[in-house]
Amino acid sequence: MAKMNMLQAINNALDLAMAKDDGVVCFGEDVGHFGGVFRATSKLQEKYGKARCFNTPLTEQGIAGFANGMAAQGMKPVAEIQFADYIFPAFDQIVNETAKFRYRSGNEFNVGGIVFRSPYGGGIAGGHYHSQSPEAYFAHTPGLKVVIPRDPYQAKGLLLASIACPDPVIFFEPKKLYRASIGEVPEEYYEIELGKAEVTQQGKDITILAWGAQMDIVQKAVEMAEKDGISCEVIDLRSILPWDADTVAASVKKTGRLLINHEAPLTGGFAGEIAATIQKMCFLHLESPIERVCGMDTPYPLALEKEYVADHLKTYEAIKRSVNF
Amino acid sequence: MTNPNNATITTVHTAEFTAGDALKIPTLRILRDDGSLYEGAVAPELDKATALKMYDTMVFIRVLDERMLAAQRQGRISFYMQCLGEEATTVGSAAALAEQDMIMAQYREQGALRYRGFTLEQFMNQLFSNEKDLGKGRQMPVHYGSKDIYYMTISSPLGTQIPQASGYAYAQKLRGLANTTICYFGEGAASEGDFHAGLNMAAVHKAPVIFFCRNNGYAISTPASEQFVGDGIACRAVGYGMKALRVDGADILAVYQATKMARDHALKHNEPVLIESIAYRLGAHSSSDDPSGYRSKEEEEKWRQNDPIARFRLWLVEKGWLNEADDKATIEALRTEILDALKVAEKVAKPGIEHLISDVYAEPIPALQQQLDELKAHIRKYPDAYPVTAGRLD
Repeated sequence: MAKMNMLQAINNALDLAMAKDDGVVCFGEDVGHFGGVFRATSKLQEKYGKARCFNTPLTEQGIAGFANGMAAQGMKPVAEIQFADYIFPAFDQIVNETAKFRYRSGNEFNVGGIVFRSPYGGGIAGGHYHSQSPEAYFAHTPGLKVVIPRDPYQAKGLLLASIACPDPVIFFEPKKLYRASIGEVPEEYYEIELGKAEVTQQGKDITILAWGAQMDIVQKAVEMAEKDGISCEVIDLRSILPWDADTVAASVKKTGRLLINHEAPLTGGFAGEIAATIQKMCFLHLESPIERVCGMDTPYPLALEKEYVADHLKTYEAIKRSVNF
Repeated sequence: MTNPNNATITTVHTAEFTAGDALKIPTLRILRDDGSLYEGAVAPELDKATALKMYDTMVFIRVLDERMLAAQRQGRISFYMQCLGEEATTVGSAAALAEQDMIMAQYREQGALRYRGFTLEQFMNQLFSNEKDLGKGRQMPVHYGSKDIYYMTISSPLGTQIPQASGYAYAQKLRGLANTTICYFGEGAASEGDFHAGLNMAAVHKAPVIFFCRNNGYAISTPASEQFVGDGIACRAVGYGMKALRVDGADILAVYQATKMARDHALKHNEPVLIESIAYRLGAHSSSDDPSGYRSKEEEEKWRQNDPIARFRLWLVEKGWLNEADDKATIEALRTEILDALKVAEKVAKPGIEHLISDVYAEPIPALQQQLDELKAHIRKYPDAYPVTAGRLD
């Protein structure tokens, strides 16, 4: 075990993956010698050479297309999109190509080796072009897997599992936590299974579901609620696609209440999908309407960020609303 | 370059435009319409067997296209795209490659596919989206693909294969393979952002890829003159620091020679090359298109005289490798063979219901399995509404 922040854990995962498999290649804007604008790929070029860790021109669609081609050949590209806000030029390559490669060819070809890594989310005074959480767009695309870690331990294990996974994965990293989240991380190789949520705290009155950077936010709200005598069960969804409906439903059947918190705007956000599925699976167990605490339906603000975000106080209020319904 | 801008600084002291048409790209022509060689031109080294394989492939595609367009008109298949007028382009380029060079095509390159050995049955199974289709009946007709013969499955969105070819070729280089990737696209697709992204990526990362632009004059109805202003597509290569060639796309010897040269260069120097072939899309864009709405019969007739197959045939006859009489018999036999294969393929069953969910992921995710189970229960309730699968759900 070693103390690592999330960037160090991600860097360590990439290092292990590259050492383990010659086919793992890391690239993206400023990813080479500089090690990425956040340093997630620090020292990898020195260690594995320019052919396996390199800068690309400024072209997200080019990065994604290049990754598709490399993966179709059988390699395992780990391509970085510098900010999730800039993934949209690559949307066609990801949604129409990456996601459908295996299906459309009848499994003659596949790009399952791909991982697209991208920092997402707010809390860094980034305004609307350095703060977005676009997971729902990709969760609507059969063929992709979407994964979001909450801390360094999770980041390393989930990233290694994503690289090993035979399906293409979009790995969104909560950049707010890159340096802020520090924890004990095993130095050796390990994977955390994709598609499985984790119950991080047992409770009996209400289930609180979140992912990524929002896990710390909901934890604060949970501590406030517990002082009021409300017992919260907390779940980190971890994989947005496929998502672990069974774990969530089992919890809701126990608590009778569900609150979903995400950074992205409310309308069309992934909480809507979860709410629809859980009300069907748990209809007779629900004691109150499913609560969603999310970003507002506006672009991500700058000066008024504090007001906008799905913070602990809004979450705390929603917990009370649900329990007192 | 020694400056941070990576640009050559040739100093002048009076402002002066460099004109948009400053660059003139020559067009390689070897074979005249009458089957003789241009003066000073040298035919590429081609043995008889290869030359005849090229010719047979062109003829096969011509007959297949004619027959399958008719089948579409009869309502037997839903859609079709001909290669008419571009047979030399696709066959001549494919013939210049090694068997394990990857082909990433747009959709009108059945000549390259056939040259690689895609069988008549495989064509038919794809066109009828039956259970023997390698693509499991998931894509519209002509979206062929085969791993065994290094032919990447076709994707409808235009130009997406361009940056993919750069990545594929880069991977070939990293693996130490002595193979290249050829990437076909049209002059219309060259307007897509993926064209710029792919060519620039390949140039910067030194990927051994041959970008092969089939400039056939039309993107559905839009003429090349409304697609771009520069001198064709080839001149753009220079902007990417890439070598370029332009060829007469109806001249199979020129196409073969240019592609050979591009391949040698790409592999020897690990550099991409852009080839622009100048031809004419003599048929409609697809079976859903009617060119009478945007171009004249006179224009088509003029280009019909520029038949790439007739030109190559004259050369082969002149060399004594082909005899006209045999040719007619071959075409008749092909027509029968294709019709027979069509009749077989159209009777083959559609893919089973499990292929609704297979290959979305390496293994179906739980939600998909559940959706399939629910669907099966539904079909059992209304079997008459789902005759393709109702009788074979288990």
